[in-house]
Amino acid sequence: MDILGAQLVNGLSYGLLLFMITCGLSLIFGILGVLNLAHGSLYMFGAYIAYSLTATYTQSFWLALVVAPIIVALIALAVERILLRPTYHLGHLSQVLLTFGLAYVFHDLASSVWGSNVLSVAVPSSLAGTATIFGQAFPVYRLAVIFIGLIIAVLLWAIQEKTKWGAIIRAGLSDKEMIGGLGINIKLVFTVVFVIGGILAGLGGVVAAPVLGIYPSMEFETLILALVVLVIGGLGTIGGTLAASLLVGLVETFSRFLLPELSMFLVFGLMAVILVFKPNGLLGKQVAHS
Amino acid sequence: MKNTYVKFLISFLALASTPFILSLFHLNLLSEILILAIFALSLNVLVGFTGLVSLGHAAFFGVGAYTAALVAQHFSANLLATLGIAAFVSLLFAAIIGAFCMKVNGFYFLMLTLAFSQMIYSFIHQSTNLTGGSNGLSGIPKPEIGAFSFANPVLVFYLVLVIFMISYAVLRITVKSPYGQVLIGIRENETRVKSMGYNTSLYKYSAFIIAGVFGGVAGTLYTYFNGFIAPSDVYWTMSGTVLIMVLVGGSGTMLGPVLGSALIVILETIVSSYTSLWMLILGAVLIAFVVFFPKGMVGIGQSLYRRFTNKPSVVNEKKSRAA
Repeated sequence: MDILGAQLVNGLSYGLLLFMITCGLSLIFGILGVLNLAHGSLYMFGAYIAYSLTATYTQSFWLALVVAPIIVALIALAVERILLRPTYHLGHLSQVLLTFGLAYVFHDLASSVWGSNVLSVAVPSSLAGTATIFGQAFPVYRLAVIFIGLIIAVLLWAIQEKTKWGAIIRAGLSDKEMIGGLGINIKLVFTVVFVIGGILAGLGGVVAAPVLGIYPSMEFETLILALVVLVIGGLGTIGGTLAASLLVGLVETFSRFLLPELSMFLVFGLMAVILVFKPNGLLGKQVAHS
Repeated sequence: MKNTYVKFLISFLALASTPFILSLFHLNLLSEILILAIFALSLNVLVGFTGLVSLGHAAFFGVGAYTAALVAQHFSANLLATLGIAAFVSLLFAAIIGAFCMKVNGFYFLMLTLAFSQMIYSFIHQSTNLTGGSNGLSGIPKPEIGAFSFANPVLVFYLVLVIFMISYAVLRITVKSPYGQVLIGIRENETRVKSMGYNTSLYKYSAFIIAGVFGGVAGTLYTYFNGFIAPSDVYWTMSGTVLIMVLVGGSGTMLGPVLGSALIVILETIVSSYTSLWMLILGAVLIAFVVFFPKGMVGIGQSLYRRFTNKPSVVNEKKSRAA
């Protein structure tokens, strides 16, 4: 029972990490129509920058938590302005391939800057120990990850459902040309959405670094799981993405614990089944260009 | 038409004479190019002609390679047995995976193929007893027919060359046939082809199976060539690399994937002797081609040809497609 409880917390925190990453991916895919295969690389940069900040310049994890997502957001801004904006006329598929090429480039850039060793970021001392809930000890940091993830989920939901910007994004998800026709600067929306995605991915990277470690090809592993979440959750709803990320996080963690040989197999099997029977995802809406 | 046979024969003879000219190192490089060219050609049936972008084609490569290796190790190293069984198992996998993948379109197709290839990868990676897990399988016996064994690289090269020429011919005939024209129609406008009375899902499904079988054949040849197979050859980076080969060479042409495979293999050999940043170069090449030369190397060739001859473009296109 103890172990199951611990695995439950691990699964939930992993799921919420996936949520932070997939939210950006899903927003970008929904609005820009580009499946950003370099999204995992942004996450990886978040983790590596957090490592550099905590290991060399400052010892503060909290500073890294603020600064790293901003740097990643700037990288995302550069990617959108330099690579994607001039190429919208090429069509979505070409752009997906561009981001795929970019993921390759970023992979080697990271390994040439940070080397190919496994690195780690220390858990901040204030979140180090364990907390006892229902007579059982849980690592505080995992609980904090769950907490941060839930805050982000609520924040994103509030922005998307309750603000004018959220209304523009929701409108963009269902009909891009129409909101362009209503006098909204769609190109600015594209840029903003891409940068928000970058911030979320960077944040995910920083938060994940103490738990999952930092190593080359971490971005591809996470990207693939994020794609799984994207497919299972469907596009356009925060709730769908949240449900799917928790599901994938739990399935991944528990199957790794109970049936280690089958863990990836189960996750992808789940995705295949859902894609075939519910192509729009568990809670996803029908999106215009799907 | 006669022209095509002559070209085909000349290129066969030219390639067949290379063992007398090239060093062993370059000959092995050429074998690898031809093997990956078959792989790229098979993917091109999907990506280039049918318009279905798959990011999981390494699954069939891996299934073919591992099946051939296992058959050779446990039953018989006979060429016909290993190649035949590997092709058949690839066909089975393509039939099963294709049945699921046909239900979705566009990006979802891309993701579903990726999911299936990762499932196969994780199976190969995990089942240590059968496939050797992350160590892969080594010491695979070379293929043989009766008492004759393809024991040295030159013989393997000829085997690869013969199968390459057969695969190229079969795929070219398929693509030029009325069947292939329907596939191109699906790429251009599926709804329209459907409304003309064609069962497009059946056409797409069969294209998926054809691509899977030839992918498996390429994997089998890879096992013959290396005598070794590892899970990294089934990983999605392999699917990515072969997709890059198709796009860089020129998707939707017969010559493109072959050129793309040659460019990528040669580039990798040159680059890796200078730097370990091979993925950076590969990514940059892909970006450059997607932005500046979306029609690939074949497209560059066409526009150069056009510039020098000043002929109208339509004629050229027909000519180079026939090549």
